[in-house]
Amino acid sequence: MAVLLEARGVTKRFGGLVALNNVDFELEEGRIASIIGPNGAGKTTFFNVFTGLYVPEEGAVRFRGTPVMGLRPDQITALGVCRTFQNIRLFKNMTAVENVLVGMHSRVDSGFWGALSRNPHWKREEGTLWARAAELLDIVGLRGRANELARNLPYGDQRRLEIGRALASRPALLLLDEPTAGMTQGEARTLMDLLRRLVGDLGLTILLIEHNMRVVMEVSDHVTVLDYGEKIAEGRSAEVQKNPRVIEAYLGRRKWTPRAEEGAGA
Amino acid sequence: MINLIKRILDKPVPATILIASLLCVTAWGVAHYPRSIAVFMLFQGSIFLLYFARMPRWLKISLTVAALGILMPVLGTINAYYMEIAIQVGIFVALALGLNIVVGLAGLLDLGYVAFFAVGAYSWAIVGSPQANLIFGGDFFPLSGWWFFVFLFVGVGVAAGAGLLLGLPVLRLHGDYLALVTLGFGEVIRVLANNLDKPVNFTNGPKGITPIARPPIFFAPALRAAGIDPDPNVIYPLYLYALVLLIVGVTVLVNRRLEDSHIGRAWEAIREDQTAAQAMGVPLVRMKLLAFACGASFAGAVGVLFSAKQIFINPESFTFMESIGVLAMIILGGMGSIPGAILGATVVTVLNLQVLKGLSLWVNELRNAGVEIFGYNLANLPTQLEPAKYERMVFGLILVLMMIFRPQGILPARRRTRELREP
Repeated sequence: MAVLLEARGVTKRFGGLVALNNVDFELEEGRIASIIGPNGAGKTTFFNVFTGLYVPEEGAVRFRGTPVMGLRPDQITALGVCRTFQNIRLFKNMTAVENVLVGMHSRVDSGFWGALSRNPHWKREEGTLWARAAELLDIVGLRGRANELARNLPYGDQRRLEIGRALASRPALLLLDEPTAGMTQGEARTLMDLLRRLVGDLGLTILLIEHNMRVVMEVSDHVTVLDYGEKIAEGRSAEVQKNPRVIEAYLGRRKWTPRAEEGAGA
Repeated sequence: MINLIKRILDKPVPATILIASLLCVTAWGVAHYPRSIAVFMLFQGSIFLLYFARMPRWLKISLTVAALGILMPVLGTINAYYMEIAIQVGIFVALALGLNIVVGLAGLLDLGYVAFFAVGAYSWAIVGSPQANLIFGGDFFPLSGWWFFVFLFVGVGVAAGAGLLLGLPVLRLHGDYLALVTLGFGEVIRVLANNLDKPVNFTNGPKGITPIARPPIFFAPALRAAGIDPDPNVIYPLYLYALVLLIVGVTVLVNRRLEDSHIGRAWEAIREDQTAAQAMGVPLVRMKLLAFACGASFAGAVGVLFSAKQIFINPESFTFMESIGVLAMIILGGMGSIPGAILGATVVTVLNLQVLKGLSLWVNELRNAGVEIFGYNLANLPTQLEPAKYERMVFGLILVLMMIFRPQGILPARRRTRELREP
């Protein structure tokens, strides 16, 4: 399969702190992959580099072979990468459906004059936008709450609305930053089913940051582990689970005993 | 009482009857008591009731047109001061709606908005008066009144350009920092207007520019044919009022169309969370510049009209307090809300021009008549006690109370709700 996203030697520093140190990363099309690591490992920084919020000091990022470094976030979104945020960042005083409509901005080709003159093209396009917004709300299960303000939605719905909003830009790659944070095991499972469906039906590729290990191990084809800004392991979830460096990063070092490997799933 | 009115307004037929009769009664009242401010305010109030009434769109629009387009001018010929008030209200409504785009929708706090008003006003004032001869030499200027109509659009363009000029350096700023820079920009424009009388005399400095040409009464022959004497003193207020109405109408239309489109949604997204908006594909730079330019362009058009109305302009009309005043109007009315901006502008203008002045007159009358209350002769009232001078205080008090009890404004923006079609 083709490589969708590729990072080579990415280094990002904040003053003296090295948030990402010479990280290589590759993501193949049609996969669900995860990035895991302890708090402060640089996972979100990595996302911010992919989406243009941060420009790394060294290294290169390519999306479908196109270098994306130096592009603005909105340009990268237009290329087909969209994301959600760790701390939900919906447009709180707009309705659910309006949130989704904003997500479509990069796909609207009516301009300012179209909106002002309300020409037939604009009318047709606006109609399509609303129909597609309805579809997307259906997909994330929020159809009945289209006209509610985002800030009034329950927490789980807000998370799903954020995914719906990200899908609105018709991305090829969806980056989800801790999508199951604060969810019950049941809600998380429903969400994972949704993600699998998205990959299957829409041909999406998904990259997750996740702390919920059960979710990570269950859903992802490929896991990358970051610690102190460095990639310490990657591979299939079962392999990564057994990697001693990963265990050390999560649980700390202790005197080696023959049974250490079995404790890795915790 | 309020509940009863609400119930009536909820049904189309009773609402129409109620409002139509209220309009007629209050209009009759104004015609017969042309000096009573209270009656005039009742008339304005009944126009506003229209907004709350539930009735078919065409009926609402035709009632509004009847009230503003027929009743108001008729009353204006009875008491010319009411026409003046209506024009001023219109000017401030258009300004408030323009600022509403920048502050209410896009969330970019602009404390120097009046600068764009000034830019529009000066652009016509300079070429519409002999002033331009001092710059270019010769005696080609003033341009004929016909150019006024061209300059309505030139004003839009020039002000939009000024909006871009302000927008470019402040793109990276938001919140308090943005507010400070725009405040500075407003002052810079005013100081420029004050000092650009040398080395080349552009603005005639603090002395101001006069006389500024007015649009020609091109329909004078038609009036004569209809047996009406086209006396400029009578016709001009009505004429300017019609122009103001036209500008306000266009402003409302543009506001509504932009608000309810991908442009308006992008602006609101920027207001809510600009990082998230950009990550969702909204080009921040372009949309912010567009907001500045759009907001400014309304002020430009109104500025051109203002200079023609006043015949004389000087930098005094474009002080920081004016910017704050317009901002207060939309805060009072409700940020991001079109009816709110209209109501806010009306309330503040009427408060300034009518209520406080009226109270002053009343207090003065009592003072002069030497009325005694509880053994205190009002003739001894200190002369400082004059409500018209307390404009800022009353205004500030209202704002403080609003912020405490109704921070969302009188008519907060209502979310549009829509039935979604089956996918």
